[in-house]
Amino acid sequence: MTALAVDRSAREAWGTGVRDALHAEWTKLRTVAGPGWLLLAATGLTVAVGAVAANTVTCPAVGCQVDPAKVSLTGIYLSQAIVAIVAVTWVSGEYSTGMIRLTLTAVPHRWPVLAAKATVTCAATLAAGAIAVLVSVLVGRLLLYRHGITPAHGFEALSLGSGPVLRAAIGSVLYLALIALLGTGMAAAVRDSAASIGIVLGLLYLFPIVTSLVSDQNAQRHLNQISPMTAGLYIQATTNLRSLPLTPRQGLGVLAAWAAGALLAGGVLLSLRDA
Amino acid sequence: MSVITPHRPQVRPGRDGFAQLVRAEWTKFRTVRGWVIGTVAGALLIIGLGALTGANSHCSFAPVTPQNPNPAPRPCPAPPAGPGGEWVSDSFYFVHQPLAGNGSITVRATSLTGMYSTHGGLAPRPNPLAGMKTGVQPWTKAGILIKAGTAQGSAYAAMMVTGRHGVRMQWNFTHDTPGLAGKVSAGSPRWLRLIRSGDVIKGYDSADHTHWTLVGTAALPGLPATAQAGLFAAAPGYSVTSTSLGGSSAVGGPTLATATFDQVSHQGTWPAGRWTGEPVGGRIDVALPPSVQGFTQAGNRVTVSGSGDIAPLAGTDAGSHAVRQTLAGVFAGLIAMVVIGVMFMTAEYRRGLIRTTLVASPRRGRVLAAKAVVLGGITFVTGLVATAVAIPLGEHLLRQNGNPIFPLPGLTVLRIVVGTAALLAVAAVLALGVGTLLRRSAAAVTAVIAGIVLPYLLAVLGGVLPVGAEEWLVRLTPAAAFAIQQASPAYPQVRATYTPATGYFPLAPWAGLAVLCAWTALALAAAAYVLRRRDA
Repeated sequence: MTALAVDRSAREAWGTGVRDALHAEWTKLRTVAGPGWLLLAATGLTVAVGAVAANTVTCPAVGCQVDPAKVSLTGIYLSQAIVAIVAVTWVSGEYSTGMIRLTLTAVPHRWPVLAAKATVTCAATLAAGAIAVLVSVLVGRLLLYRHGITPAHGFEALSLGSGPVLRAAIGSVLYLALIALLGTGMAAAVRDSAASIGIVLGLLYLFPIVTSLVSDQNAQRHLNQISPMTAGLYIQATTNLRSLPLTPRQGLGVLAAWAAGALLAGGVLLSLRDA
Repeated sequence: MSVITPHRPQVRPGRDGFAQLVRAEWTKFRTVRGWVIGTVAGALLIIGLGALTGANSHCSFAPVTPQNPNPAPRPCPAPPAGPGGEWVSDSFYFVHQPLAGNGSITVRATSLTGMYSTHGGLAPRPNPLAGMKTGVQPWTKAGILIKAGTAQGSAYAAMMVTGRHGVRMQWNFTHDTPGLAGKVSAGSPRWLRLIRSGDVIKGYDSADHTHWTLVGTAALPGLPATAQAGLFAAAPGYSVTSTSLGGSSAVGGPTLATATFDQVSHQGTWPAGRWTGEPVGGRIDVALPPSVQGFTQAGNRVTVSGSGDIAPLAGTDAGSHAVRQTLAGVFAGLIAMVVIGVMFMTAEYRRGLIRTTLVASPRRGRVLAAKAVVLGGITFVTGLVATAVAIPLGEHLLRQNGNPIFPLPGLTVLRIVVGTAALLAVAAVLALGVGTLLRRSAAAVTAVIAGIVLPYLLAVLGGVLPVGAEEWLVRLTPAAAFAIQQASPAYPQVRATYTPATGYFPLAPWAGLAVLCAWTALALAAAAYVLRRRDA
């Protein structure tokens, strides 16, 4: 009888924990200046880099191998780093200011705190990413058309109405959100801003460099299959899908697995450790 | 009345001297467990990823012959080496006879024509030239040649007419000097002359047989008394790489050069008295089969057809790839050093230690300098040890996996090892400066990584950016410093892909490192200024 009551109150506490934690995180996000500006910068950079890339497309006479969707979304290479900063500092920043002790006193259950943090950064990234990707595709469509990537040359116009382009666009937004989750999990596990951002950017950028220096085709394929950035960005491919070692959706799945692994590690360590 | 002097502790002289500051910073560094672990992890990553790359790069070679349709794979053979030790391509059609002692050969070149294949190969026999297009390549070459022997890689000096680069004198693969400009034709023939005296061969050209110009003087030490001299034709493989966003594609194939010479004359002792034709070349070179190479002679008029090239290997073939493979881990080490460099300053702000530090030593610029010295020293030594282990270990693994390893000159290896260590150290100090400026770890780490690793990544991945933009990225950004790892020079007389992706940088090695140093100096100066103006 008593045990049941305790159990129920615990479950209630858990429920209110998630709700309160979410509310608290949302209030922080609303009132702290940093993340908003950074996400705005990420949006701007995505569009700007994509526009520059689309503007430099040249099509030689022999076989033009441009993937219009991928070109207009080149900006993701850079803006993912900013999304990673937002996500990492959203967790590690609390450790450097000591805020984490207050947060964990208010919501003693650790998993709801992590879930709330992940949800809030993920949602903010989704919103910023959606705007960035939408504008990038529109700008890319305009610029690529001027550079001869037209139906007359055998290219479909870059339109969200076409299945693969829509998949690339939505996938890119999800890609950024998964990067945010990866950053949140890593920061919860490592706690230090510099170290966790270093590890996240290392995971993203190192795989392709090492892969390009390995000369065995098979090893290259395997490295590409597990590389969070390379595999994750397969979601942007709309041409030559057969040459990829994974389907675009599987590729995004690889990044999702990395993000899930980081969140799991972060959650477990957060639960086991003192703040 | 007595004056009581308050007790004043003896102030040790030079307590806030620079040496004490350096010692204080060294104590901080060595006692923070995370930084020591990070430094060691960085070194291990450099060694480990280099080993991983070496272990996953195999090269085997299994020539299928009618006698042996299922050959066992063997390690890849190394390309022939020139007199200077560099790997070379040395296959061409040689119409020669021995020249005993000193002498000279003079010819008039009246035409140079060529054919090239755009479909990657030759048509099946009996007519392998079917489908080839007419045209000469820029570095299609034909002319006269004095060579130590017909073995690949032996010393030589040659005067030649080329497809688009006028008359050239080339010797021992790496040397190239221009002579008369313009194309050769029956209307504007080119006279070429080589004179041997001892170990020295002089090359002359002339448009009219009256006015001769010395083009170059080649010293070929150890040239045997009896050398092979005669006429040659060679045409390097045709290849057009179109790089566009999203990938690059290459089309190409073998080529053929045909040159006509008349008024062939020679002086000195030529004991054979007649020309012998022979395709010089091994199985590695992409050249046309001997059946389509050859020569015809009518009086003192000789027509030579040949394929292949007499040039140093360049681009991806140059043998410098192995060093880059063994240094694959440098990027991981770099990220570790950048993180430590940023934290060396931002951690002080996070803990409030910066206030103690600045109270102890109010001259703030010197604090920054002491930090830079300690950090730079530690990362340099770590980088030096890691690189010095990674290169031989990686090369050992590559060799075991059948990859031929190009023997780099000792000075080049030294430059790469020391330069890479310097790159890591300077990047860490750059991170220290940016960390001081921004005071936020995550932003500072990202800024430095986005400044060094990302431009390199975008330049190397290929197909993400157009070629021109790639070159500017590795010229202007701190990523220019990776030029210090370029192992083999780019030869203007060899057409190859000289891009960051193949290990060639637009800046000279030390100039590239200087770009990173300039960025670091800028960051440190700004950091010193801001540190002095700001409250801690």
